[in-house]
This record gives sequence, C-alpha cells and structure tokens, in this order.
Amino acid sequence: MLELKHISKTYEGRPLLSDISFIVQADETICLLGASGSGKSTLLRMIAGLEYPNAGSILFNGIDLAQTPPHLRNFGLVFQDYGLFPHLNIFDNVAFGLKMRQKTFSQINDRVSEMLELVNLQGFERRKVTDLSGGEQQRVALARALAIRPRLLMFDEPLGALDRSLKEDLLNQLRSILQNAKIPAIYVTHDQEEALTIADRILLLHDGVIVRAGTPAEIWSDPRSVWAARFLGIGNVVDGMVNAQGQVKTVFGALALQCVHNHREGETIPVLLRQSSVGGQEIQLKVEDVLFKQEQFQVKAGGAVFYLNEKPMIDQIIHVEVKVECLA
Amino acid sequence: MKTGEYTDEKAGMDASLSVRLSVYKYFTRTLLWLFPILFLLVFFFFPLSKILTLTFDFSTFTDSKTFPVILNALGFTFYQAILSTLLTFALGLPSAVLFARFDFHGKSFLRALTAVPFMLPTVVVAAAFTSLLAPRGWLHTLFPLSSFQFIGTLNAILIAHVFYNTTIVIRIISNTLARFDPKLEQAARSLGASTLQVWRNLMLPLLRPSLLAAGLLVFLFDFTSFGVVLLLGGSNFSTLEVEIYLRVLKLPNLPLAALLSIVQLIFTLIFSVFYVRVTRQNTVQTAPRFSTSRPPKSLHERGFVFALYILLLTFFLLPLASLPLRSFIRLEADRGQREEIQYGMTTDYYRELFINRRGSLFYVPPIQAALNSLGYASLTVFLSLALGYPAAIALAKPARLEKILDPLIMLPLGASAVMLGLGFIITFGRALSSPFFVPIAHTLVALPFVIRTLQPALASIPDRLRQAAATLGASPFRAWQAVDWPILSRATLTAATFAFTISLGEFGATLLLTRPEYPTIPIAIQRFLSQAGGLNYGQAMAMSTILMGITMFGILLIEKIRITGDKDDGHF
Repeated sequence: MLELKHISKTYEGRPLLSDISFIVQADETICLLGASGSGKSTLLRMIAGLEYPNAGSILFNGIDLAQTPPHLRNFGLVFQDYGLFPHLNIFDNVAFGLKMRQKTFSQINDRVSEMLELVNLQGFERRKVTDLSGGEQQRVALARALAIRPRLLMFDEPLGALDRSLKEDLLNQLRSILQNAKIPAIYVTHDQEEALTIADRILLLHDGVIVRAGTPAEIWSDPRSVWAARFLGIGNVVDGMVNAQGQVKTVFGALALQCVHNHREGETIPVLLRQSSVGGQEIQLKVEDVLFKQEQFQVKAGGAVFYLNEKPMIDQIIHVEVKVECLA
Repeated sequence: MKTGEYTDEKAGMDASLSVRLSVYKYFTRTLLWLFPILFLLVFFFFPLSKILTLTFDFSTFTDSKTFPVILNALGFTFYQAILSTLLTFALGLPSAVLFARFDFHGKSFLRALTAVPFMLPTVVVAAAFTSLLAPRGWLHTLFPLSSFQFIGTLNAILIAHVFYNTTIVIRIISNTLARFDPKLEQAARSLGASTLQVWRNLMLPLLRPSLLAAGLLVFLFDFTSFGVVLLLGGSNFSTLEVEIYLRVLKLPNLPLAALLSIVQLIFTLIFSVFYVRVTRQNTVQTAPRFSTSRPPKSLHERGFVFALYILLLTFFLLPLASLPLRSFIRLEADRGQREEIQYGMTTDYYRELFINRRGSLFYVPPIQAALNSLGYASLTVFLSLALGYPAAIALAKPARLEKILDPLIMLPLGASAVMLGLGFIITFGRALSSPFFVPIAHTLVALPFVIRTLQPALASIPDRLRQAAATLGASPFRAWQAVDWPILSRATLTAATFAFTISLGEFGATLLLTRPEYPTIPIAIQRFLSQAGGLNYGQAMAMSTILMGITMFGILLIEKIRITGDKDDGHF
C-alpha cells in the first residue's frame, strides 16, 4: 500500500505541486488526470525515486522510502515513448530486470516467455526493438515492467504516442492484465477517456493540487468545479444570474436550480447543463451551426453544444431537455 | 508540314546546343580539377612514388640492422600510443561525464580551456611543459628538486599527449551522452539496476561506437606524434616518425627512412579506414539532444565535480599560464653566481629577439623567424585557397567519376609531415635551396582542411534561394552578393585562418626542409630549446609566447565566426 503525505515540489522556483496526499490500496488502479504541465509526471517520478520532493514523505507499507534508491524500490515504470533499450533484443529487454536480480538462466527464460505470452508477443524474442510497431514496443515495455513482479506499477502517458484504434485496443488489454495481476497501479494521463476506462479511482490534478478524487462514476455525476466539468467534457457550463424569482437567468432563459438559495439575488454563478430526456427542463434555442457527428447532429447555440437525432436548419428555433446542476 | 520542319530544326538546334553546352561544362569541370590535381601529382604523388622506389632498395633489405630499427621504432610507437590513449581516456571519460551531466560555474570556460591545446603547435606545448617542469622551469626554481626529472622521460611524452587529446574524448563522448534519452537510464534504474549496473549494462554498450571512434582518433594522433616525442622525449625515445627524421638528418640513410615512412603510412591508413567505418556506423543513430545536465546535488556528485574541476583547471591552465609568465620573469642566477637566484620582471628575452649577435644560432636576428613564418603562412593561405576553391566547387556537387577524386585529395592527411619532407628531399634534391618548398609543404598539410571547410559551405547554398532572389528581381551578381557571399565569406575566413595557423605551427616538414638562413618560429624555438644558457631558454619562452598568442587569436577568430554563423543560420 502506497501512501503520499503532504508532498510539495517547486520547479525553477515556482510551486509545481503543493500538499499532495493520497493512498493507493492494494490491487487498486489510481489514475492521475490533469493537463500537461500539471506536475503529474513529476509526482510519478518522485514515487519512482528519480526525483525528490521538497517536502512531505512517500511511504510503502508504512515504511518511508526517502532513503531507498530507485533500483531497490521494486516499482515498475512504463513511459510514453517506451524507453526500450536499443542495443538489446526483445528477450534481453524483458530479461533486463531479472538479470539485475541475478536470477538463474532457466528462471529468466521461463519468466520472459510467460510475460511475452501475456502481452501476446510469443516468438518475438530475437527481434530488434526497432523492428516493432509502437503498440508492440509498448507491450514489450509492459512485459519488461511486469517481469520483475513489481510491488507497484506506474504508467506515464503510456498510450500517448499511439494512434486512436491501437489506443483502445491496448487500453482494454491493459485493463484485463492489471485486473488479473492484482498489482496496485498508478496511471498518469491527460486523456479523460483513458482515465474513465482504466481507473478504479481518479485523482484530478489542477494547479498543483488534487481538485477532485473519486470513482469515475462519482466524478462524472458530480464534477463539482467548472474546471473539472470543462476538462472532462461533461455537458455545458454556462454563466447565469440569480433573479428575484429564485431562478437563474441564462442565455437559454430562466432555469430552476436546487442550490440557488445558497446565492444572493443578482449574483452570477456557473451552471452545468446536461442534456437529458428524463426529468429535465425544456429550453429553447436558436441553431447557429450544425455538424455531423456519428449518427447524431451536433448543434451549436449560445456557446453550448447539444446533440439531436434529426438535422435542424440553421436559425431554426428548437427545444431541448436539460438537467440543470450546480457547480462550486 | 511547315510546323513539323520548324520543330525538327529546333530540336536539331537544341541538340547541338546541348552538346556544345555539355562540352563547355566538361571543359570547365576539367579546368576546375586541373590545378589541384596537377599540384598533388607533382608535390605529393610523385614524391610518394620516389619514396616507394627507394624502399625497394636491395641493400636495405640485406642490411641486418634494418629490421631491428624498424621493429624497435614500431614497437615503441605502439607502446607509447597505447599508453597515451589509455591515460587520455582515464582523464577524458570522467570529464565527458562532467560536461554532459552537470552544470557548474565556469563550465564553458573550462570546456574551452580543455580544447585550446589541440590547436596549439607542438613546439608551444613542448615549451609550455619546459617552462613548468624543466630544470629552468617554475617547479625547479621555486622548489629545488634535484632528483625530479621530467623532460626526456616517457612520462613527459605521455602527459603531453594527454594534454593534447583529452578534448577529443570530451567532445565525442559528451556529445553522445547528451544524445542519450534520459528515460533509458530511468527505466534501467526502476528495473533494479544500480549505478554501476547502469553503466555496465546500458551506458557502456550504447557508448561503444563513440568510445571506439574517440579511441581510434586519439590513437592515430598519438601514433603519428612527432614534435612532442622529439622535443620532450629527448634522445632516448624514437617513434617511427622521429626515426624517419633521424635517418634523414642525423644518421643519413634515405632508403631506411623511406621504408620507415611506408610502414608508418600503411598503419595510419589502416587505422583511418577503421575510423571512417566506425564513424559511419555511428551516424546511423542520431537523436535529438536532451538537456540532461543539472547542478550537482548529492555529496558524491559535488565531490566529483569539485575534484575534477580543480584537476582539469590545474592540468590545463598551469602549463598555458606558466609559459607567458616565464617569458617575462627572470628566474636564474646571473652568470658566474651559482647560488644567487635573481628574480624579477624582464623584457630582455623579447628585446634579445631583435638583436643579431655574433655566434648566435642564426645568421639573422631571431625576430626574422617571425617574419619568415608570417610570409610562409600568407603564401600558404593564398596557395591553399587558390587550389582549394576549385576542388571544393567541384566536390560540392560531384559527378559520379569525381567521387573517386575525393579520397585522393584527402590522402595527404594520412601521410605524416615528416614523410612529406622526406619526399621533397628525395625528389627535388638541390632545388630545395629555394625557400618556396616550405609553403608548398604547408599547403599540402592545410589543403584537406581548407577543402573540408569550403565544400560543405558551397554545398549548403540551396539553388532555390538564388532562384527566389532572381524572381524578386536580383541580377545574377546581386543574387550572388545576397545569397552566396554571406555564407562563403565566413567559410573562406575560417579556411584561411586554418591554413594560416597550420602553417605557423607546422614543425615536422619544416624541420626537414628549412634552410638555416630562413628559420620559422617553431624551428627557432626548437633551436633555442636545444641550446644551453638562460638567455636561449628565455628567448624560447618569448618566441613560444608570441606563437601561442597568434594561434590563440586564430582559434578565437574561428570560434567567433562559427558562433555568429550558427546564429545567422537561424534566419533561414
């Protein structure tokens, strides 16, 4: 079990991470989700022991790792650009960590073939690294990290360099491998789809702090902040003004809102509009632009987007049902 | 029908025009090659053939002394070259890591400092070490150590070679280190590799081609080293190169000298071929540069950086600083007074250079040597540019046949300077009384460098820039002025400076060819150094300081051109 306590880190004099604390339970996959430059990779490298925090401590099973050098931590690490050793073939890449641990020849042989089978690369042992496609290279990197039976697996944007179809494929493989291996894992990404697919729990990182933590379902149903809703691409965030009737006046008209009593009249607050056919309020809007999007039509109006099954005309007035929710 | 006739006629005219054009082109191409090839034929290949003919002298093979001499020289050449290369790596490898991995105050200064010796003439380096460690040098005068001997030992040769070539190891290895993806090391560490294991299993295998390239290059320079061995090794040691010189001037036996120089040429060519093959493999894996350098953090790292910094600073700065200081400071007893040492500033050594004393080493005031050197160097610049430009133009966009000519032009690089001198002596004999053979020999040495500087610049000028200039309304001359000249002027200045400094410092060929009344600066230094007396010693220091100053100025100039050139390239 990995525990981070009050980790802070500055980069070139500016604070990069401040007071980060979280726990990764055994056989849990945690996803650190944030924009690029949010410090999530740095956090990963500190856990790996490749960088040091300015303050705070990292514990594994209750033992502080500050004095443990990276090569004795037994944490697996998978990079975006694979980090395969160019001078070694596939077999020797996967066997690298085992050789560092002075395993016997037959132990190494068995473990490497087991790992290559796991990632569906049997028979690739003698191939050169450069002969492989990106997806195959990343599978070798995964096999290499898994071969040492790590206490913790870490992924730094592992699918970032792959194209879309390969990404989905590998993501599903990764999910089942992680579920079977029962190893705690930390997965760093800026892609919310990846995060929602693979994570047991997501930590949303913004401006050096964790702004939201929870299961994918929890976060999706209640993003809490404007930034989180926008970053995850949940619904539409619009601004509205609280009026005397206890409603919020937006570009789509006055809408009823549960949390409106927390706000004074005349105050401008952000409102989350989620398109929903059940239990929603009907709003009226004028179509500004229409795009074809996979069996549906994306309609742009008043700075928001909605989806319709029938193609509307531009400048046509249409009606959509939305759920109106509060954001912090 | 008419139109048909017309087009036929036009086609005929076009054909004859294109034939005429191609004849014209062929003619100009030949003209481009004519002078450089003629020059090389007369002054390099013809003397080379003379040396070869002389080698097959029957008496040399029957002489029982021939083979022991060759084997001894060859054995010592290999021995000192291997030792020197190992020592150079012992200092160069940690330094390469220092420059590639760490940031610290004075880094660029230290890096530049380690690069200076490589460009310095051998006589200057020999004089610098003499000023520090010889009996009249700083060490002996300030701390009288009667038993310590440096000049005339193997150590002196080895240390001077390390002084010269460490920069090669630093440059090649730190470049490769900077191109390593830092993720590889991180991956290895996370997989359980300790620092030692990272080096053994990852860094060294990946560095292997660069290590091999640097090793071969350093070995090649040590293998053909002449001035250092002759001036610092004294009479106890002779490499192939020194042995050739001895067999020409001291114990004349020209057939033996010829045989020695052919043996040397064969070995240098073998190593050069290896080197070219290794570097070709090396260029396959080019990656973007990663900035992996950072300030040292742990106590270990700080200790490493500090210790190496002090070591490099001392090793490189001490000889370079002690030479000019020694040329201005009197450090010896006056004549007749054995014990009293007189200290103090003096300009005597410089003033003495202008006086033509009776019984002095030359028939002219020593400063005449500086004038001779400047004259030779100017002639060398003129000759090597005049011959190098046409060759570089032809090589910039070579036709298929012309590609064969490239290695031919570079071949003089493989021949040592002493060998060039020997070839001239065998071939031109009495005609050597003309002082023009010295700049011709210098041109042979400088020409490959000049061509290698001009050719990439010429090849780098894209046609579309000229076309763009033309479509914007520039006349051919204006286009040339706007496009070609800015690029060429820099390359020309660099090439000229190369030729100039090479000629100023050239020692091997000059030593064999020069006439007593036309000494050059290096020859004057060598003669001063080989004579007894404080004044001679002081004049050697003064003369070396002058040569060092001029050479350093040349290095600075080249560096400055290179740096501003890099900036300008950003505008394209």
